[in-house]
This record gives sequence, C-alpha cells and structure tokens, in this order.
Amino acid sequence: MADRDPLNVSVSDRSGVTILSPAGEIGYHEAPVLQQAIKSAYDKKPRKLVIDLTGVNYMATPGLATLVEGLQISKKNNTPLVLTGLTERVRAVFEIARLNTVFKITSNVDEAVTL
Amino acid sequence: MMNLSAKRLGFTDAHASQIALAVDEAIVNVMKHGYDKKLDGRIWLRLTPFGAPTTGVEIVIEDEAKQVEPDDIKGRDLEDIRPGGLGVHIIREVMDDVRYEKRPEGSGMRLTMVKKQNSDRGTANVRPNPCNSCDC
Repeated sequence: MADRDPLNVSVSDRSGVTILSPAGEIGYHEAPVLQQAIKSAYDKKPRKLVIDLTGVNYMATPGLATLVEGLQISKKNNTPLVLTGLTERVRAVFEIARLNTVFKITSNVDEAVTL
Repeated sequence: MMNLSAKRLGFTDAHASQIALAVDEAIVNVMKHGYDKKLDGRIWLRLTPFGAPTTGVEIVIEDEAKQVEPDDIKGRDLEDIRPGGLGVHIIREVMDDVRYEKRPEGSGMRLTMVKKQNSDRGTANVRPNPCNSCDC
C-alpha cells in the first residue's frame, strides 16, 4: 500500500494557465510534494503558472524555499508565476522574509489568471 | 501544539503563530544541519513561561548533534533571493531574544529564545510592494 502524500495539491487548467492548489500546511515534509508539483506543471509548458495558497494555513521556510525555486524556474522558462490567496498568517511569513516584494501576488485566482 | 500552548499563555494569535514558526524553523535546522537529516536524533524542547501573570515565555531547544560556533549561525542576506537560509533570519526577526550556545555536555547545541507578550518583533519595517499586480 502506497504511503499517502503529506500534502494534497490539486491541479486545474484555465485557458492554458495551470493552477496549483495545495491544501494544508507546507513545512519540511510537505515542501517536496509542492516542489514536484511545480516541476511537473512547468514540464507541461503552461503559458502561466498560478499557485493558489487559499487552502494553505501554515507555511514555514521549506515552503518558501520551494516557491523561490519555482520563481527561478519561471524566470529561466520565461513562464510567469503568480501567487494568490495568501492567508494573513502566510502573508506574515512572506513579509518577514521580505519575499512579498519578490513575487507577483494577487488576492484571488481570477485576478492571477487574467494578470 | 506550540501555537495552542502560546495562546493558552495569553499570547495573541499573531504572536502564537510566530512562536510556533520559530520553533518549527529551529527544529528543522537541527534536523537538517545538526543531524544531517537523520530522523532519529534526539531533540529536547522546553517551554517556560515567566512573569505572574505571564508576560513572556522562554523556549529552549537542545540537541546532541554536532557543535558549531554560535557566531557562525547567521541568517543570510535577504537581498540574495534564493531558496534556503531563511530559518535563522525568521527566528531572529520574530523572537525578542535569541541565543545559540554549545551544550556543556560536549555534544550538541542549545538554542534559547524569548518572546514577550508586548513584543513588536516580526511586524515592523515591512516594505509595501507597489507592484503586486504589474511587471515591475
């Protein structure tokens, strides 16, 4: 019997924009799952990647590191990366790490897709 | 658990989240760097409130991992945007007092952190992003 992934990441597409929606906490054990989801998404060459963090209630630095890696891939591939739906708690962590000025961040998925 | 414990001691939601985050970061650092990702290394966590009524909490995290010079434990420059190296920075940003030292037992490190209930750490000096929705 396969072990359950520590993080559930749902994937959807809207007009060529891939939307990843992780749910739960993103810490040391969960970050590799998100990392793999991001890499798989970029492999399919979407015109944009949106990561919807509405369902993420906690993020520690392994999660931040994974998103920064995603940003690096985004720049290498010239495929925009947009984050959306940051909860207050997650936004606070971004601000402490000064990453709120590095990523494109929107309030909701619609805005992220049409940006 | 840390979040709930901090709230029970009278910390605000924001401060309780910060305490939980700092403890998480500290323990991950011990696992990754101290024990080189070995999963069976021992880590002790002690939480001691102070003040009557409680005005703050002291958190001590100890391990038996390799010892390093406390001065070598630094957060990285945040202008250098890359994955990793943020844990120590976050700990120092949100806690009022942070002290790394070698355990006198000959192995392992001890991290002592203090958070006060009237702390303003972790909330100030945020640069607003004027271009959250544009390609700046």
